[in-house]
Amino acid sequence: MILLDEAEQVLTIDAKGVYYRELNARLRDAVENGVKKVVLNNITGQRYLGTDLPGEVELEVHGTPGNDLGAFMNGPTVTIHGNLQDGCGNTMNAGTIVAHGRAGDALGYAMRGGKIFVRDDVGYRVGIHMKQYEGKVPAIVVGGTAQPFLGEYMAGGVLVVLGMGLQEGERHRANFIGTGMHNGVIFLRGSVEQHQLGKEVGVREPDEADWQLLRSLVGEFAGHFGFATEELLRGRFLKLLPLSLRPYGRLYAY
Amino acid sequence: MESTRNRNNPYGDDKVIAACCLFGMLDTTGKRIGGRDSIEAIANMHDRGNGLGGGFAIYGLYPDWPDHYAFHVMYTSQAGRKEVEATLRSNFHVAHGEEVPTRQAAVSNPPTVWRYFLQPEERALIGQSADDYVVERVMEINTGHRDAFVFSSGKNMGVFKGVGYPEDVADFFKLDDYRAYLWTAHGRFPTNTQAWWGGAHPFSILDWTVVHNGEISSYGINRRYLEMYGYHCTMHTDTEVIAYAVDLLARRHNLPLNLVCKVLSAPLWADIDRMEGEEQDLYRTLRQVYGSLLLNGPFTIIIAHQNEMIGLTDRIRLRPLTAATKGDVLFLSSEEAAIRLVSPELDKVWTPLGGEPVVGRVKSEAAVVAPTGQVLVA
Repeated sequence: MILLDEAEQVLTIDAKGVYYRELNARLRDAVENGVKKVVLNNITGQRYLGTDLPGEVELEVHGTPGNDLGAFMNGPTVTIHGNLQDGCGNTMNAGTIVAHGRAGDALGYAMRGGKIFVRDDVGYRVGIHMKQYEGKVPAIVVGGTAQPFLGEYMAGGVLVVLGMGLQEGERHRANFIGTGMHNGVIFLRGSVEQHQLGKEVGVREPDEADWQLLRSLVGEFAGHFGFATEELLRGRFLKLLPLSLRPYGRLYAY
Repeated sequence: MESTRNRNNPYGDDKVIAACCLFGMLDTTGKRIGGRDSIEAIANMHDRGNGLGGGFAIYGLYPDWPDHYAFHVMYTSQAGRKEVEATLRSNFHVAHGEEVPTRQAAVSNPPTVWRYFLQPEERALIGQSADDYVVERVMEINTGHRDAFVFSSGKNMGVFKGVGYPEDVADFFKLDDYRAYLWTAHGRFPTNTQAWWGGAHPFSILDWTVVHNGEISSYGINRRYLEMYGYHCTMHTDTEVIAYAVDLLARRHNLPLNLVCKVLSAPLWADIDRMEGEEQDLYRTLRQVYGSLLLNGPFTIIIAHQNEMIGLTDRIRLRPLTAATKGDVLFLSSEEAAIRLVSPELDKVWTPLGGEPVVGRVKSEAAVVAPTGQVLVA
């Protein structure tokens, strides 16, 4: 069933039982015909939502979208009222993903631009091989905590993990944080022990420029989910960054 | 042999989503539920498989025969059936035998499938448990008969599997007609070995079953170790070793299931080094004694047996697993969407850490062994 509100250019689709290829084809057609916003109801596992839509379009997703939502995405804003599965934001280039829930593994895999905000916890290998080039600096902000291999092989961009939901004095459980990391930065609110960090990772206190960046990203995060920015900025942030730009430069050279 | 091209790639492009899919649901009250939810859930992950294998393990299935070993046997020839039936008659008291009901469905080259309800002849058990006796006979049949495979041998449970998408395999075996308190399901994307009926998941011995997404690169070591204990791998699929490893560890060596999981998915040495005292001794000992049963490579598995369902991944979780609860029901799935499809509202949904098992248990054993098929409440 398709409902189109002509004045607002809003399209509503009941996606129950609709195969992902058909659904994505419908989205492409709608956007080509001038639709500015699509509301997707009853989403259950359809993959690649938002993947190949141009520019300014907005998607509002109700349900549990399938893997690789926003893969290669180049501009749209996708808001999910539900949880994300694996591989979302894979190689995303521009746009915004806002998840009112949690996310699975490999969120923002090789992401090269745009922003992802996840209200709750995230899975393994979040931000794996994120990268950046000149003005394109991708960012992921996670409200809860992350599972192991956060920022693995990270080559650029910004990861912020706010640790909401951890008890007073409880540390993040992720280990292998930043394993193979050689550029970019992770800001972690809360504590970890040294053995939880990859060998390539150093710990610093955020400086004034870092706080400015944090205020901006955390402010945007708070705005999406209705939190108070100042509360989220309270507490200790660790700045994790690679000690070397070429951690394996000498591995194969004698 | 039938071309698999259209199954692999019906859209004529090069898009192949390579993965397997797993699903499991356990009603911890022991209440027997129909197959529709499990079939719909695994079908929702259709694209993870490629039509080259699908299967189900179902517990609480044969309440009329709760104390008989239920053998499911695939035959590719009439002669194979005659031979194996003669073997069964000479080794067991065969209480009942019948062809498993099937219907026309989109499966490839189905064999003939029979089931038998058996008890070992008392006099045949010479200082041996009935379970051990059954394992030996299964190994004998599977290594000794070319045209026959025993693919299910537990009590009050059964495995149904074949070449096709899982929803088509369910259709073929009319699984919507069955009721059970525990269902596990698998859709296959074979990576290293050919697709054939015996090679589909679940793999089982006695009432242990395993469905698996991933690749066991330690298969050779695991298989050779298990051969020392009389387990012979005949199904040409790596997952087979897991079923036998669990039988060896849990049933014959009496390890609690959480420790079985710690053998298969052992803590890293670095983690063991940070443990203290008895805990450190325990995990060090487990790795030393059972090093040959460590599963290397990426995996998510759902292990099931009478009254229990366990989800487990490799130590660094290279394959997905989502767990959820709703009321008395535990769900395990490769993807959360499959769970939400059959239970939109959940009490709890989470992703377990690598190597940390999720264990669901029926609250009252009595609930599932009532011979009348009635559910007894704890």
